[in-house]
Amino acid sequence: MTGRGADEISTTGATVAGGQVTGEVLTGDVLAGAAREAPGEQDASRADTRTRNNRAWFLVLPVVVSVAFTAVIPLMTVVNFSVQDIFSPTDRIFVGLDWFRSVTRDPEIRAALLRTLLFSAQVLLLEIPLGVALAVSMPRRGVGVSAALVLVALPLLIPWNVVGTIWQIFARGDIGLGGWTINNVLGVNFNYTLDSTDAWITVLLMDVWHWTPLVALLAYAGLRSIPDPYFQAAQIDGASAWATFRHIQLPRLRGVLTIAILLRFMDSFMIYTEPFVVTGGGPGNATSFLSILLSKIAVGQFDLGPAGAFSLMYFLIVQIVSYVFFTVLTRTGR
Amino acid sequence: MAGEGRRTEPVAVAAKARRQLPWARTVFWLYAATLMLPLLWMFGMSIRPNEDILGSFSLFPQRVTFDNYQTFFTDSVWYSSYLNSIVYTSMNAVMSLIVALPAAYAFSRFRFAGDKHLFFWLLTNRMAPPAVFLLPFFQIYQSVGLFDTHLGVAIAHMLFNVPLAVWILEGFMSGIPREIDETAAIDGYSLPRFFIRIFLPLIRSAIGVTAFFCFMFSWVELLIARTITSVNAKPIAATMTRTVSAAGVDWGLLAAAGVLTIIPGAVVIWFVRNYIAKGFALGRV
Repeated sequence: MTGRGADEISTTGATVAGGQVTGEVLTGDVLAGAAREAPGEQDASRADTRTRNNRAWFLVLPVVVSVAFTAVIPLMTVVNFSVQDIFSPTDRIFVGLDWFRSVTRDPEIRAALLRTLLFSAQVLLLEIPLGVALAVSMPRRGVGVSAALVLVALPLLIPWNVVGTIWQIFARGDIGLGGWTINNVLGVNFNYTLDSTDAWITVLLMDVWHWTPLVALLAYAGLRSIPDPYFQAAQIDGASAWATFRHIQLPRLRGVLTIAILLRFMDSFMIYTEPFVVTGGGPGNATSFLSILLSKIAVGQFDLGPAGAFSLMYFLIVQIVSYVFFTVLTRTGR
Repeated sequence: MAGEGRRTEPVAVAAKARRQLPWARTVFWLYAATLMLPLLWMFGMSIRPNEDILGSFSLFPQRVTFDNYQTFFTDSVWYSSYLNSIVYTSMNAVMSLIVALPAAYAFSRFRFAGDKHLFFWLLTNRMAPPAVFLLPFFQIYQSVGLFDTHLGVAIAHMLFNVPLAVWILEGFMSGIPREIDETAAIDGYSLPRFFIRIFLPLIRSAIGVTAFFCFMFSWVELLIARTITSVNAKPIAATMTRTVSAAGVDWGLLAAAGVLTIIPGAVVIWFVRNYIAKGFALGRV
């Protein structure tokens, strides 16, 4: 009896919070919760009751055509490159899977793959906890809310190459506040243009600066949709702040954090612009990630075959992760 | 009696429970201030003369000058590439929206053969590394005469913006009850008339948010835009990566250009502040 009552409160609480606080913010968790509690409700049954109508294809057709031109035809060209050795437009021989073999054995590409995976892992390890901490400590009512949202979101709306420029300037030992402070106040020799560790740290810090706000905003949206009764219950039970976080807030963030982790993985896995501006992939190969290496092979050296094979394998990895992403989103997000 | 007394309490209790860690607010505002440091530093650079930047390190500008901004607005390489970016991003936002609106409606309202596969396929294009498409874009756009045109860049950016727009709009549209569609149908509205007269006004804010995200993702993209342009449609981002001259990097001008490219985002941020998470999460939050 009491349990049912709490459920009802929590459902309405979530709706109110979603409606008034941040527009249509409703996390997957809340929706899933609503589905469990009231199976007959609109949200839960919506996916099944959409009318079957194949004429809807006419509405989708423009998208299919435009994306076919921007994605499918180019990809076919890439496939074409990847199985031939092209000397000139008229002089080409079919080489089968040779390029794929040479690409998978290429030590430079392997190193770039490992480097990119390492970078993505570090990005996730730093940004997810930091973003959650930030979201928990963000103001929740009053004028501070809007100010906090705007301040936190600002880095997300800065063009990526400008993010690069900002850090290029900021981290320099001679003219940048950050680099100057490390060199002259902390007394550590820091130069991202010469030292590969320093370059790595600069790029990593830049990514944390740039993208932690996204994790924070997602987590914040998740936190706001937690109904008040949960906190009241915790307060009555005398739960500590940590226990409240660990057992109420964190489990409720599962849905949004999954989205955050996948988005951050995908975007850090294809990072190009920011490190390109700051380090150009150097010093040496220290920050040459997959995209940087690929664009060097493709546009710099114009090696069509290897670039094609490289592109397809890169794309394949992305496809696989996208599939995981899609499965998760369509399960929790609807 | 006891129940009476407790009834008002939960609100206060909840407020207390939500305001948990005592240092949280302070830590948060400290973090926000740190977040702004690199940004303010670049702004500081943009209002200093170049001799001061390279001459000696100082926390605050010794002499304030707007020469860097003046150079930006008088040198045609700079201001025309800024305009180029605005032109192709606007074109891209409009084109992406026109294409995406009916499709998003279809995805949110109908089931049709292959809908899930198509929806997934769109996502993979949003997630695809632009580097993969460099070579074919370079060749195809040259052969069909779209190389170095605004339209070319706008079309190329539809690669990731159309899927983005479809996903975001679908997220918003699914929040609108389908009873509205049914009522309109009973009232004798045809689908196109219903869509334009009733549905579009309903999702005004969603369209605004989506247009903003299309604009922004096109505005920030460098790799594709740089590869398929040379002079006439060269984006500001590409101009910024080529500031190294014989005299070294013109830091002041670079910083001024950086500040100016942040402005579109900074102007709109207030209006979209509640939708940023939703936009980045493809309408799923």
